[in-house]
Amino acid sequence: MKTRHKRLAIIASAVTALGVASILVLNAFQSNLVFFFSPSQVAAKEVPIGKSFRIGGLVAEGSVQREDSSTTVRFAVTDTAQTIPVVYTGILPDLFREGKGVVAQGKMSAAGIFEADEVLAKHDENYMPPEAAEALEKAAKSQKASLVE
Amino acid sequence: MAINWFKYSSPASFYFLAGKMIPIFVFAAVILLIAGLYVGFFVAPTDFQQGEAYRIIFIHVPAAWMSMFLYVVMAFWAGIGLAFNTRLSSMFATAIAPTGAMFTFIALWTGALWGKPMWGTWWVWDARLTSELILLFLYIGFMSLQAAIDDPRRADKAGAIIALVGVVNIPIIYFSVQWWNTLHQGASVSINQAPSMATTMLMGMLIMVLASWMYSIAVILKRARVIILERESHTAWVAELRKKGAEQ
Repeated sequence: MKTRHKRLAIIASAVTALGVASILVLNAFQSNLVFFFSPSQVAAKEVPIGKSFRIGGLVAEGSVQREDSSTTVRFAVTDTAQTIPVVYTGILPDLFREGKGVVAQGKMSAAGIFEADEVLAKHDENYMPPEAAEALEKAAKSQKASLVE
Repeated sequence: MAINWFKYSSPASFYFLAGKMIPIFVFAAVILLIAGLYVGFFVAPTDFQQGEAYRIIFIHVPAAWMSMFLYVVMAFWAGIGLAFNTRLSSMFATAIAPTGAMFTFIALWTGALWGKPMWGTWWVWDARLTSELILLFLYIGFMSLQAAIDDPRRADKAGAIIALVGVVNIPIIYFSVQWWNTLHQGASVSINQAPSMATTMLMGMLIMVLASWMYSIAVILKRARVIILERESHTAWVAELRKKGAEQ
């Protein structure tokens, strides 16, 4: 084996070892690397108690209520299995919509309401013109209708 | 007759070959950039959710892809230089770093500009954003370490180790949106799935990606030429170039 081949083998095995080590580390950190918790995790009490954390999910359809005299908004975050009520005072991002993704940071109150001090919109990876989105929605609706019949 | 590829691994012959190739890549970069921006701003339709603001994707995604891809190429050449002691490979790695760092910065910056109106924040410490920021620090670390060591051969070796260690970050950036809950959405374009973008939007983005490739190749070749001249300044052929330059 020539010296340079030996060197290549050493480098290759060092990089491999490093890769394996980082996989193990990342695996160990898995639960600490979550950016947000789902409503189901909140309901199962898997969230840090007494500390600020983030919940993420969809804004439940028909749940958004705005107060007339202030910027306080009440809505519910759902992952379809569990739903958590949220109250927030402040300006909402443009993409905040019912049925769309949302990530809120705050604390659980004693009454089981999530008091958010920051609300972020999480959008999906789909990009299309509005006409295409409309057509998709129509197709989904007619499919639903035919299922009901 | 077979082409002798090893001929071009000599800095002297590579210097002249690169000189001939640069104008071609500059030309391609300019044409593709104009075409890509035209498609991006005038042909591609408005997005159903994000309106016109999504158009920053035509800069953001190509920059983010290049930032990761260039890092892998840089680490590859740095590793080859470390293993085989080939001078040109290490010079190439050094030439790639600033362009990679620039694309990383553009990706982070356009991401912040995009995040504010859409998500409601300039920055969050989610896995995708944080790992991309680490990539910027890796590039900066590579460049500053090389700059801090006077002997270029030793600088190459030290830099190669940083570059190789940092490679683990690339799959982390790429898969972060799948492995963890992140604010950043999943990939719109991936190898094993049909792209979740309208065709004209995708075309514009891919043309911009090609333009970034051509730009990167042109700039990196140019920078490699400068590095070759600097490091080979003691050789006869560089001395001859200098003499020719002085006469003109």
